[in-house]
Amino acid sequence: MTQAGWPLWEVFVRPRRGLSHGHVGSLHAPDAQMALRNARDVYTRRQEGVSIWVVASADITASSPEERDSFFDPAADKVYRHPTFYEVPEDVEYL
Amino acid sequence: MYGNDFGPRDDAPLNAAETADYTQALQEYFDGLIEEDSRIEPRDAMPEAYRKTLIRQIAQHAHSEIIGMQPEGNWITRAPSLRRKAILMAKVQDEAGHGLYLYSAAETLGVDRAELLDKLHTGRQKYSSIFNYPTLTWADVGAIGWLVDGAAIMNQVPLCRCSYGPYARAMIRVCKEESFHQRQGYEILWTLSRGTEAQRAMLQDAADRWWWPALMMFGPPDSGEKAKDGHTAQNMAWGIKRFTNDDLRQKFVDMTVPQAIKLGITLPDPDLRWNEETGHWDFGEVDWDEFWRVLKGDGPCNAQRIATRVAAHEDGAWVREAAVAYAAKHAAQEEVA
Amino acid sequence: MSAGHDYSGVTVAGPRERPVTDPTSLHTAYLLSLGDDALVYAQRLGEWMTHAPQIEEDMALGNVGLDLLGQARALLTRAGEVEGRGRDEDAMAMLRDEREFRNVHLVEQPRGDFGQEMARLLWFASYQHELYTALVSSADETVAGVAQKAVKEVDYHRDHATQWVLRLGDGTPTSHARMQAGLEAVHPYVAELGEDFAAARWAAEHGVGVLPSTLSDGVNAYVADVLEQATLSMPDEPRWRARGGREGVHSEAMGYLLAELQHVARSHPGATW
Repeated sequence: MTQAGWPLWEVFVRPRRGLSHGHVGSLHAPDAQMALRNARDVYTRRQEGVSIWVVASADITASSPEERDSFFDPAADKVYRHPTFYEVPEDVEYL
Repeated sequence: MYGNDFGPRDDAPLNAAETADYTQALQEYFDGLIEEDSRIEPRDAMPEAYRKTLIRQIAQHAHSEIIGMQPEGNWITRAPSLRRKAILMAKVQDEAGHGLYLYSAAETLGVDRAELLDKLHTGRQKYSSIFNYPTLTWADVGAIGWLVDGAAIMNQVPLCRCSYGPYARAMIRVCKEESFHQRQGYEILWTLSRGTEAQRAMLQDAADRWWWPALMMFGPPDSGEKAKDGHTAQNMAWGIKRFTNDDLRQKFVDMTVPQAIKLGITLPDPDLRWNEETGHWDFGEVDWDEFWRVLKGDGPCNAQRIATRVAAHEDGAWVREAAVAYAAKHAAQEEVA
Repeated sequence: MSAGHDYSGVTVAGPRERPVTDPTSLHTAYLLSLGDDALVYAQRLGEWMTHAPQIEEDMALGNVGLDLLGQARALLTRAGEVEGRGRDEDAMAMLRDEREFRNVHLVEQPRGDFGQEMARLLWFASYQHELYTALVSSADETVAGVAQKAVKEVDYHRDHATQWVLRLGDGTPTSHARMQAGLEAVHPYVAELGEDFAAARWAAEHGVGVLPSTLSDGVNAYVADVLEQATLSMPDEPRWRARGGREGVHSEAMGYLLAELQHVARSHPGATW
């Protein structure tokens, strides 16, 4: 029986106030409550966080490598989305 | 940390490498990423041999962390001061954590932790041979920190740039946490070196027993003529390995000998001497027969380490099963409610 | 019977009790009762590392042990200061003999299975939770400081034990039986946590401490609630129960525990580590 069926959970930690939760790793736990507690013991022993999310790995939907080109390449030529695209006079401030 | 990547929730292999649509184009894409020293991520197409090599190496690394808890855990209840007891508990706990980070990294390659543990328990996957040596005195706790963690760090720092993203990210975290391990080990020995005669004898005895096993940790010779035999060349081409075993071993000796001098001890190698010409410490031949013997199971503690690990796992089976049953019951109740 | 012996004038009658009455000794003894509970339980939890049912649990029990060890170090240091004989935390931990340890028998008992450990942790953390909540306002500033920090720690310990008792009690038939057996095994050691003793009476009178008997209702209510949710039953009053730890009279397990705890330190008198 695999791990007596303990599912995999993804752990997200907010390192400090003002920052978003970031993915830090995964762990096995029988349910969400235990996953949260295990995450605290495994991933925040050195004050790495002020808040934790756990998500069952099976519940995440992700883009697939096959879709990589159609998802992300079309953004490559939209340089006008970046401020450096624009020419403005050098002596104008606060732009 | 690792960035598991997620796919459809079916039994399809995580990696396209195992499916029919694994094409030349994907192989070229993989080669291109390696070429530009970019990172391979979990669901990228990758050669089966690359995946298998990584699973074996990461699992072996994770197992080493978990088995490595035992020789040090052996001294938690006997640490000679409360400060040392707290440090040692925190350190052994870190090893457990590192094992977990690494099992997580391995799981991104489509294997299950339970499967890896089963391979450890049945001897189908190895762990670092160093942990088959016993910790006989308190000084051994210091020697493990200084020599074993020192050697481990030397091996691990290059892995922070490993081509496989989840492994590299796990190693960054491990290395960050390990930095205190080596220092605390040296501090234990430095304290012994300034202590009583009995403490200094304990220190010398520990250094005598741990020096050679620590040098073995870098693995058999793999440079010069030997380079053709092992996996080193392929692993370096894949960016899984960044330096040869022999380079790392020499670097370790060069770094460690001055630290031994500072401790006022000798190292158990009559051939150890400074080489003006090369600017390195020359050292004697490692007893590779011993290395292979211990690796194959005939070390002082092989049977004991695995027996302890298996017992913990089996004794805990009813607990793990209970947690699953509870989760199922309560999930069902919530759905009704 | 005693023909040929002359006992006239020989005094053999001693007092029934030898109460300690000086404030320094009582204050020290109270601090030791708090610190020794934490130290001895940390020692037992240290034995779990590498033996837990899951690697995540090795880490969790390690965290509980480290918290307790931290409490012990602060309290034993303070006990040494109050005692005034120059003993630091290590002299207190490593060089006292068994009779000088003031912990309850519960914490010194040998490690049982995981269910039994969770039963012990549930009772002990529930007790410590009530205890430290009360000690936050101790007149001894060190005690108040330790309590402020520790109350958060033991809240987590209690929750950890609760989570497991719920899962084992309401898990499989096997786990239910084993969890119930664990509760039965520790039950004779529970009452001692709520028993008043001379040093605690002195401490309560002087605002330093709290009478253990005043904590029992809160402890019992919390544990009873968890057991009910976990479909477990509170064990019957045991036929015998442990007593004497606060006066330094321990069970047989204590000698072995101290032998292990102290042997390196004692083998090298005066050495620094």
